[in-house]
Amino acid sequence: MMVMGLLLALSFVVSLLALAFLIWAISNRQIALDEQAAKVIFSAGEEGKLDSPDKEFADDRRHYFDIAASGIDRISGRPVAVLLIAATFWLVLGSVFGVIASLKLHWPDWLSAYAPLTFGRVRTLHLNLVIYGWLSQMGIASMIWILPRIFRTPLRSPQLTVVGAIIWNIAVALGALAIARGWTDGEEWLEIPWQLDMLLAFAGVFFIVPLIRTTSAREVHHIYVSGWYFLAGILWFPCLFVIANLPVIHSGVEEATVNWWFAHNVLGLWLTPIGVGTAYYFIPKIIGKPVYSYSVSLLGFWGLALFYSQVGIHHLIGGPVPTWVVTLSVVHSVMMFIPVIAVAINQHVLVGRNLWALKESLPLRFISFGAVMYTMASFQGSIEALRSVNTVVHFTHYTVGHAHLGAYAFVSIVMFGAAYHMLPRMTGRAFQWPALINAHFWLIVVGFAIYFFSLSIGGVLQGLAMLDATRPFSESVTVTLPYLEARSLGGTLMTLGHIIFAINVASILVPRRVSAIVSMEPAE
Amino acid sequence: MNRYLPLSILALAILAFATLLLVIAPGIQISRHAAPPGLKPYTEQELRGRDVYVSLGCVYCHSQQPRSPDQAPDGVRGWGRPAIAADYTYDAPHQLGTMRTGPDLLNVGARLPSRDWHLAHLYQPRAIFDWSIMPSYPFLFQRKDSAGPEDVAVSMPAAFAPESGVIVAKQDALDLVAYLLSLDRTYPAPANALRDDGYSQPVEP
Repeated sequence: MMVMGLLLALSFVVSLLALAFLIWAISNRQIALDEQAAKVIFSAGEEGKLDSPDKEFADDRRHYFDIAASGIDRISGRPVAVLLIAATFWLVLGSVFGVIASLKLHWPDWLSAYAPLTFGRVRTLHLNLVIYGWLSQMGIASMIWILPRIFRTPLRSPQLTVVGAIIWNIAVALGALAIARGWTDGEEWLEIPWQLDMLLAFAGVFFIVPLIRTTSAREVHHIYVSGWYFLAGILWFPCLFVIANLPVIHSGVEEATVNWWFAHNVLGLWLTPIGVGTAYYFIPKIIGKPVYSYSVSLLGFWGLALFYSQVGIHHLIGGPVPTWVVTLSVVHSVMMFIPVIAVAINQHVLVGRNLWALKESLPLRFISFGAVMYTMASFQGSIEALRSVNTVVHFTHYTVGHAHLGAYAFVSIVMFGAAYHMLPRMTGRAFQWPALINAHFWLIVVGFAIYFFSLSIGGVLQGLAMLDATRPFSESVTVTLPYLEARSLGGTLMTLGHIIFAINVASILVPRRVSAIVSMEPAE
Repeated sequence: MNRYLPLSILALAILAFATLLLVIAPGIQISRHAAPPGLKPYTEQELRGRDVYVSLGCVYCHSQQPRSPDQAPDGVRGWGRPAIAADYTYDAPHQLGTMRTGPDLLNVGARLPSRDWHLAHLYQPRAIFDWSIMPSYPFLFQRKDSAGPEDVAVSMPAAFAPESGVIVAKQDALDLVAYLLSLDRTYPAPANALRDDGYSQPVEP
């Protein structure tokens, strides 16, 4: 007991010392982070100019292309297109499974005749397809696009990424089939059988090697903040994924701590770096001005690494695990306020001072909305981890709402914006129906609002009913029904939005009449 | 932040530190607690039933970790005493769960010890509780004209019974129920048991 208490204290002291050191290092310029370095994302003449592909097509300013950047984009374009198409496919399929799972919670006898369509499997298919099929692939696509741009050098070994994408998608498809057939490792976020997980990990090597090779070949000295998140994420996630999936070595409650160490780090050290890194690049790039305070971004990054990596056991509050490790995760969950506020200052202040840009750029609308949702999701998560709050909302639909605020409203919506910004640059074409982009935005925003508020309210009512010993358990079920129905409505709107997204992606990737095509070849 | 190598070393060191605290240290502590004498290993049939439980994803609606009376009235609902780490010695994969769309099941075998009740409930939960939103599992059963000597027939109320013949449990259903009936951690917890005591009320001196 003493030893564990000491470990707990040690962790906290180390984190605080590291934070103090970081602040000292920044204030004494030990870590040279020149505010000018934040402008590394702009090529000559780009700063101060709106970067909005659709606007350029509308204004017929097609000569605006930066030739060096478009040469870089041309190399990245093919792997990004492959990943983006596959990711979009899994997004739509995963969303359909999500809606089916949602409907089943209030129509329990619907589609109950076959085991692959039972709630427990459809829900699992939804989660795994959107995490591994959609978000992870889309995140890799975003990295492949952004890293060569901030390093001002073309992607190295681009053909490897295409091979990786093929293997990755085979593994995701096989994983989905396995889950539908009932072959599962049986832990949340780790359901894909470990044999297939090894195939995913193998595919990951094909993504990581080109990105690291590109990093070492970079033409600029400084690594821009998006690069910190991406380059750390591609190291963190493979470690997490392989350790958590090793067969045989985990069992009992120890396995539960591994499970939640992994599952929360998928959010914290993989999906969050993807989303934050992407927003850190596109928000200033589109607006044409650097982030508010480049030094503060250091605090955001290292704070995330230190605190987020230790929050996982807040999923086991009140459970059969040592008190100290639960407390450790609760404390670090609250400490997450620090890095989140740091990121918020940088991104929201820049957008807030340039609200005009939201009117000019549809991609920016998605990305900055997603960035605000990161702040909201993290604040909510920190508060939700408090023991008093957790007693009410743990084991309820509230948690599902929170998970979607993070993985959906934050990361997925940032990814939508990134896709809408990359696609015209990749293809040299404008979107055929810009109004559909707007329709996509409003469908998912309204759909998500319905989704989130219904689950949050329903979840609290469910939790309060469960805590009241004078009310039968059945009340905690019946009280949620109208909210579960509302969630199905919200989820359906979001899925319609995703179908429109798929139409938009298809419409710009399929070549149209020749006159609309602008050659991406650099001028001779 | 101009070099990748220091960045990656520090980033991985931080993850290793987190792994030490969240995985390795609790793992060592948990492994020191042997199985309580009252906890029996699963039989072969119960393990097969556990596989069915895992493959159907029961964990997404049913937790297996009653909370302490200091935190929640789980005990009053008949879900059992607060769960301790050693209760799960024979569980792999763990099925602690994070959701209670349905009730906690760690002691369901002690709370609802009837095989026939569970079979009927799995075939059609709404035959027993009209408010239930649990899926029905008709694919774990088959309709026969008459039950054979080896068959376990499920008695259903007329409204839910087939028009003719009988409903017979498949092997998967029998195994699953055997597993559910084995869920019984009502033996007393050892004095030094390991669990999250973060809600316990301070004892007045």
